[in-house]
Parts: sequence; C-alpha cells; structure tokens
Amino acid sequence: MKEKTYVEDIGRSVYDIRNEEKDAYRVKEGLTAAIVEQISKEKKDPAWMQLFRLQSLQIYHEMEVPDWGPSLDGLNMDEIVTYVRPNTHMSAKWSEVPAEIKETFERLGIPQAERKSLAGVGAQYDSELVYHNVKAEVAEQGVVYTDLESALKGPYADMIRKHFMKLVTPRDHKFAALHGAVWSGGSFVYVPPGVSVEIPLQSYFRLNAPGAGQFEHTLIIVDEGAYLHFIEGCSAPKYNVANLHAGCVELYVGKNAKLRYSTIENWSKNMYNLNTKRAKVEEGGTMEWVSGSFGSHVSYLYPMTILNGEGSRMEFTGVTFAGKGQNLDTGAKVVHNAKRTASYMNTRSISKDGGISTFRSSVVVNNQAKKSKSAVSCQSLMLDSASRSDTIPAMDIRTQDADIGHEAKIGRISNEAVFYLMSRGISEEDARAMIVSGFADNVSKELPLEYAVEMNNLITLEMKGSIG
Amino acid sequence: MSEQLLQIKDLSVSVEEREILHKINLNIGRGETHVLMGPNGAGKSTLGYAVMGNPDYEITGGEILFDGRDLAEESVDKRAQAGIFLSFQNPLEVPGISLGNFIRSALEQRTGKKIRLWDFKKEMRRAMEILQMDESYAQRDLNVGFSGGEKKKAEILQLLMLNPSLAILDETDSGLDVDAVRTVSRGVEEFQKDKKGALLIITHSTRILESLHVDYTHVLVDGRIAATGDQRLVEDINANGFERFLKQEKETV
Repeated sequence: MKEKTYVEDIGRSVYDIRNEEKDAYRVKEGLTAAIVEQISKEKKDPAWMQLFRLQSLQIYHEMEVPDWGPSLDGLNMDEIVTYVRPNTHMSAKWSEVPAEIKETFERLGIPQAERKSLAGVGAQYDSELVYHNVKAEVAEQGVVYTDLESALKGPYADMIRKHFMKLVTPRDHKFAALHGAVWSGGSFVYVPPGVSVEIPLQSYFRLNAPGAGQFEHTLIIVDEGAYLHFIEGCSAPKYNVANLHAGCVELYVGKNAKLRYSTIENWSKNMYNLNTKRAKVEEGGTMEWVSGSFGSHVSYLYPMTILNGEGSRMEFTGVTFAGKGQNLDTGAKVVHNAKRTASYMNTRSISKDGGISTFRSSVVVNNQAKKSKSAVSCQSLMLDSASRSDTIPAMDIRTQDADIGHEAKIGRISNEAVFYLMSRGISEEDARAMIVSGFADNVSKELPLEYAVEMNNLITLEMKGSIG
Repeated sequence: MSEQLLQIKDLSVSVEEREILHKINLNIGRGETHVLMGPNGAGKSTLGYAVMGNPDYEITGGEILFDGRDLAEESVDKRAQAGIFLSFQNPLEVPGISLGNFIRSALEQRTGKKIRLWDFKKEMRRAMEILQMDESYAQRDLNVGFSGGEKKKAEILQLLMLNPSLAILDETDSGLDVDAVRTVSRGVEEFQKDKKGALLIITHSTRILESLHVDYTHVLVDGRIAATGDQRLVEDINANGFERFLKQEKETV
C-alpha cells in the first residue's frame, strides 16, 4: 500500500508534541526599550550588558530588513515574544528538571545520549537553560561548560566581555542587532591550552512557546593546541503562528587548536531561522563545520570563518533538505586573511514538493593571503519539477598567488539508479530514500553514529509518501 | 507450478516509440541455461530490461509469464522478489550504501525476515572467495570507484547471495580481461550447478560460456529470433560469426 500523506506533520510526531505553557514569566510581545530593560533586569545583567542591549536595540531600529533573500513578510516583530522563562531554575541534576520538560528531552533522546556518548550536555527550553552538566573528568581538565548568564558573573566575566559579540557585532545585520538586544540562554565553553576533549559536548535547544523567539548565544573559546567537538541540536513543535530563532554562535579557535561544530537543525516549519555563526581561527588552527538543515519555514544561515593566522584552515560540510513550504537559504562564507590558509566547502542540497533551496558561498582571499587554497563544491538534487534549487557563488580574490576552485552540479534522481536498486527487490520508495541518503552521505559520515542515524531517519521520513 | 519458468509470447517492445523487439517467443524451463547471442543493436539488452520491467521499455504486444504469472502489472521490485535477477551491463554507482548492507537489505526485503548478521557474513565470505573478491569490498559503497571488472564481480556476488530462480546476465563478460572472465564464469557456474538456477546469458562473445553447460542458444537479429539451437550453435557462431543470419534476415525482409 502506498502512503500518500505529506510528511511534515506525521513524520515529526516526536518533535511535535506540545507542552502546555506553564512558563513562570514572559515579556509582552513586541520590541521596545522598556521590554529590553525588563529582560535585562530579569537576568540581573551587569551594567555594561544592559547598555549593550539598549545600544543594540537602537541599531536594530536603524537597520533594514534584508531584501536579497527569502521573504520575511510573515514575521511580525510586534507579535513575537522575545523572552519566555520556563518555570524552573537551571539544574545540574536531571532529576530536578520539571517532569514535563524532562519528558520532552527524554523523547528527543538527550539524556540517553549524554549517558552514552557525550562529555557534557546543556538543554535549553524556550529562553533559559534548564539543565547543564559536564562529566567530572572533563571538568577536572579545566574545561568550562556552563550557561552564558552565570559565566557572565563568574571568574570568566572578563573573558566573556572581551569576546561577546565581537565577531558578530550588532551592526552585522538587523537580526544580529535584535540578538544583541534580547539574547538569552546559550552556552559558554572554554577549553584550556593543550586539552583535548575526546568526546563531544552537546547543547540542545527546544522552543515550546508559540509565537516566541529564541535568542541563545553560544560562545566557545578553544585555546592553543586544544581540541573540542561541539554538537547542537534544535527542534520545536509546530504552531500556526510564526516563531523566530535568531541565535548567535561565536567561535574562537586558538593557535594550532581544532574545533568541530556540528549542527542538526530540525525546527518546525513555522520557524524563521535567522541564525548567525562565525569563527575566527588563529595560526595553524582548524575549524570544521558539519551542518544539517532540515527544518524551519525560512532559513538564512551562512556560517562564516575568518582564517586569521598563517596556515589555518576550515572545512564546511553541509546538507540542506527543503520540503513543502520551505525556503532554505543556506551556505558558508570564508575570509582568507593570512598566508597558506585553506578552505574547503562541500555541500549538498535537496528540494522536494515545491521546496526551495538556495546555496550561497562567499570566498574572500585578501592580498596578504598568498599561497592560499579554496575549493567549493556544491551539488543539488531536485526530487520533482515543482521544486527549486539555486547556487549563488561569490568570490573576491585579491591576490594572483592563490588556488581557487568552484564546482556546482544540479541534478535529479536518475531513473536508471532507481531501476537498478528495484531490480534487487527494493521498493521504489526505499530505493529513492537510499539514493537521497547516499547523496547526503558527505554529512552523515561526519556525524557521530547516533546523529547520523537520526539524520537518515529524518531523510527517510521526508521521503515517505513522496511517491504515488 | 508451471512446467516453464519463463514464457515469452509474441513479445513486442518499444523504446521511445520505436519498436525494438518484434514478436519474440522464448521459453526457459527451470534450471535451464539459455544463451542469447546476436550482433550489436539487435535488441538483446532490451529483452533483458523488458523481462525485469524497466519502465522505459514499453510492452506493445504479447506477454511475459513467470511461474505462470503475467508480469505486465508487476513492478520491478515485485519481479525481483518473485525470483528474477538482472546483472547489469553497466552497474550504477550508489554512494552512501555499502555493497554488504545493500545485499542484506535486498535479501531482507525478499524474504520479509531479518537475517542474522553472523550467517549473512559467513555466506558472503564464501561467495566472495569464489569470486576472488577482497572482503573489504563489502564495506565499500555500492559500485563507487569499482573498476569494470570489480563491478561485474559485484553483480555476480549479488546473484549468488540473492539466489533467484532466473538470472539474466547482460554482457557480464564484456570489457573484462581473460582472468576476470574466468573468475566471473566460476561464479556463474556455482549458480548453475549448486543452486540449480535458470540462466539467460546475453553475450556477443563466447568466452564466458567455455566452462558452462548450455541447453539452448538463440540468435537475435534486428529484434527477431533468427535461429535457435543447442550448444553447437555457439561453436558455429564462434567459427563463422553472425554473417549468415544477417543475410538470412535481409532475405526475409
């Protein structure tokens, strides 16, 4: 029997379970100085942060909504609630997390993953972290993994002040300014020199409140010669009103250090995902991005890497899957600022059921970045004629002495390949799912096993019912 | 159970509105080995695709019965599950799924049962040994980066593992060196003798047939069966080529 149902509601059942709202506190919808001051007071911000928020708000009002990407007309800031505090305090003990929130994360497999394969976990529910824990042996190495708010008041306060929104400034774009004004939650990670964190740390972001925004800030500093793998996952149940995610991720990779940052994003399809991620890499350092974008209604997402030190390098591996009603504008940016830097982008985008997926890449090689290399490779797969796929590369190369490559391929599933798989007894639906999973294999093989399995499940769910 | 395994009756097949096969008749009994020979472009592969059910190949007349069952409405996967196998002339590369996992999931779809990994691995190791394939190939992505010879060996490996009742081998020997043909042929022999499967071997050379027992030979010219004989017809073609069938075909036209 063929399944003809569209998947976005059925397949997401685990993600879609809504909890009744029992938040302890939420600000009024909309955005005014009074609301920002209120958030700041609520969070007991240091004075500089309160000022920073108000300045950011000012910038927010001065800047225009971007007009070069997917439409943001459905997003009305006067209706978005920028701060929703869940009815709990952050805890390092799973048993102390309220039952309902605990159940949500358990359904998503978070505590199980922590027990099995993670060095530490943070879980954010709406605007605040509800749980944060790091394994004792990792903490003993001097690794700091905590929520940003408490770090702001603790021994790392100066370090945070020095780095907070310095890579992504509020002037970057309108939603960066918004983030500066109303940010809440998120994680702070510091890995001391020479320390290698062998198993990954993970943050999971869950937005439950309808019509709300999530503005978490992730700040990671990997000091000289250190190594870290950080994983973030995001999901939300679907509502009929627009939800907004405008997070910000700032990553500092020290000399000869290495950071791998993996994301599996599965926001519900009423979400505007306007997220900004940026990394700065010092001499000999390595930044690796692994990014799977499956959810949201509209996404603007282009993680950027600044290769600031000689011999630093970055690799970006991404997959974007745009289904019905989704317009996902994703990509990556790199700036080569020093000699012998290298960047490699390898992306796949898939569109189906009228979904639009656009891949933007930007490569800037400055004059001082002699003997640098950059290679961009993007492949797109359209599963039907109603879907769209675009590739928009930009290059600004200011030296003759650099090796730059770009290749783009757009295609459809080959009928021959489907026939081949079916001739071995595989059903058409499974054959197509196999080919699509294989197409996205560049990302899944970069992920830890559990996440690769989750990603493949997401693809299989998306593919179900795509025939007939 | 029908006496004949495969019955092709007055079959006409078109590709993109052009008729390639004209009223073909061919019967294959259980465990029999048939050879289909003919010059390039005669429609040999078309016959294989039509039996397997490639949607690009349209049946415009006649019928195909497998085990007495009309295949007209059966999808490709159902035909495979019923016991038909086609070894491709140009096997496709499918990244992201390993050869081993692929065979295992195909087997599970066919039998509807979970297969114990241990038993599967044992079986697989044995088949790979016959085909002189390095075990590491089971972990490699299906046909990705395989040489021509490795792809053909992987096809025969699938044949041995899936154990169909009818295998159609489409030019399995083409493009292979002498040693590779011998190895592939050993695999086919295993299928023929130990598994008692029926074979339709499509070829325009005879090297792969050297160590195999052949029951019937058919010569396909311009979409028609021009001659049917036994093993001796293979020897005849080996010595004299297709010349006389081509001439004969012209005369009848």
